[in-house]
Amino acid sequence: MLAFALKRLGLAVLVTLTVSLVSFSLLFMSGDPASAIAGENASATDIEAIRTLYGFDRPFLVQYTDWLFSALRGDFGQSYYFKLPVADLIADRLSTTMLLGICGISFALLTAVPLGVAAAVRPNSFIDRLALFLSVMGQAMPSFWFGLVLIVIFSINLGLLPPSGSSSWKNFVMPTVVLGYYAMPAIMRLTRAGMLEVLNADYIRTARAKGASEWRVMFKHALRNAVVPVVSLAAVQMGFMLGGSIVVESIFALHGAGYLAWESIARNDLPTVQALILIFSLFYIVFTFLSDLANAWLDPRIRVG
Amino acid sequence: MDDPILSVRHLTIDIPLAQGTMHAVRGIGFDLKRGETLCIVGESGSGKSLTSLAIMGLLSKKLRQKAEKLQFAGLDLRNQTPRMMRGLRGDRMAMIFQEPMTSLNPAYTIGDQLEEAYLLHRKAGKAEARARAVELLGKVGITAAESRLSQYPHQLSGGLRQRVMIAMALMCEPELIIADEPTTALDVTIQAQILRLLSDLQREMNMAMILVTHDLGIVARIADKVAVMYAGEVVEQGTAAEIFDNPRHPYTRGLLRCIPVPGKTKPGERLGSIPGIVPSLVGNFQGCAFRGRCDVAEPICSEMVPVQEEGQEHMWRCIHAAGEGASEGVSQGVRP
Repeated sequence: MLAFALKRLGLAVLVTLTVSLVSFSLLFMSGDPASAIAGENASATDIEAIRTLYGFDRPFLVQYTDWLFSALRGDFGQSYYFKLPVADLIADRLSTTMLLGICGISFALLTAVPLGVAAAVRPNSFIDRLALFLSVMGQAMPSFWFGLVLIVIFSINLGLLPPSGSSSWKNFVMPTVVLGYYAMPAIMRLTRAGMLEVLNADYIRTARAKGASEWRVMFKHALRNAVVPVVSLAAVQMGFMLGGSIVVESIFALHGAGYLAWESIARNDLPTVQALILIFSLFYIVFTFLSDLANAWLDPRIRVG
Repeated sequence: MDDPILSVRHLTIDIPLAQGTMHAVRGIGFDLKRGETLCIVGESGSGKSLTSLAIMGLLSKKLRQKAEKLQFAGLDLRNQTPRMMRGLRGDRMAMIFQEPMTSLNPAYTIGDQLEEAYLLHRKAGKAEARARAVELLGKVGITAAESRLSQYPHQLSGGLRQRVMIAMALMCEPELIIADEPTTALDVTIQAQILRLLSDLQREMNMAMILVTHDLGIVARIADKVAVMYAGEVVEQGTAAEIFDNPRHPYTRGLLRCIPVPGKTKPGERLGSIPGIVPSLVGNFQGCAFRGRCDVAEPICSEMVPVQEEGQEHMWRCIHAAGEGASEGVSQGVRP
């Protein structure tokens, strides 16, 4: 198990380095950074001055290692737009995004897994049809529209929940539902398909032949085997929620990291964009690593050769 | 003591299909005493496995099962609640399946799975269950039992897994053990070992055993009684001696012609085979199911089949009596 974890960890570090290289290169792929900072009407001497000031005249690799080591210390440079350290800016926004992401994926898992199991236990029953209906709805409905519908119902008509802001837990209810509902269909279907397959397995019959109760057969013997691919999917979706919840954050005016990324791209604020790309990728890498560990724990065939 | 531990009368199993009802098992019956081995023989699809699952109460709910009598150790299995059946399964009756490679849960250690079988039925602690698991692994001939307990199924060979399955079935010393083709998926050399092990343990624990197989060589070695199934019916049953030395049903004779007999079959001699295939059992069926493949069939066979009996236990379903119409000598001394 330890060897497996170390191998995965080494892989994760390599992926992180690659991603950091790509995200740093973005700075140069989108045109001359010095003239971008100087603005439209800057003279050639001003641009040159800025180039030397920011160190853009140095060789690429030197700039990259410089940036990487600063980043490792938590220093991502200054935001061009806010004239503030990027690290502070992001730290401020990240808590909102992380809270939203955790609530979203929890909502998705807590609805999708039980629904998927129930649907698999009684295929073509009412509960299976209901699960199918909900998942098709979730896949077909765009988040922005679903978010607006919720606002109309719960904020405008019923006045139960605040439509925007992030001051209390109430602000997170609707964003959680919208974000979670987006991830729910895939998880539900994967759980259902996995359970249907596992419930036909010979070892399920063995468990019944031992005299195990249906409940025990379902949850001890079947679900543990069925849930392995679900863990991987949930990890990817969790990463997606943290990096890509821009739409949901905009609708509910939750000023999270996704929203900041969107603003910074519009403002050509490259240090912020670089740092966010790196952080969002790190989320993916960390969650993939964790899901690999979880899967190895769930399925001994992965960890014991 | 001489009462049968398992008594089955007129068991039928119907499978509802889109194109009609399939009568997969059609009125079979047998008795089994403590310490006896009944071998159920027949081709694939003859209803052998369904019969064993029905006794265990493991048939899918989509299948319809009826019986005039289905009695185990004085209990009427037809009116046991699911909870009561769970209490019997794994404790007083146990089953070993055909596919050792897939019959163990890949997510749990051998120890966990063995102990579970014990803990589900006995008020015992983990330590006691562990000790019992070690004991049973020793009994089924697994060396270094302690260290095996922490291994996972994928680390074991097929033969070892089947030994583990046997140990698991015996954790609570069942009175009845049903082995559904336990050696089909194994290497020939391992097959003999596993069978010898099963029949030794059966004798040692004085269990009743039902062995489902299509290997007559196995039957000859360990059966007390034999039931030959064809198309959902027992076409002939009796003691092993009666079936091997004096087979009455043309199907049984055909089966016996298919196996080589040491010392009797000459090198290069063609073994027998039964032409044709098993009839479809969907819809209503009349007469003898074997008539299409039988070389002594007569017009009346499509209308009715009489049940004939001889002695205490020998029974067969055929219009022909004792040896009449039999082609040539499979009659005597076929038992390998």
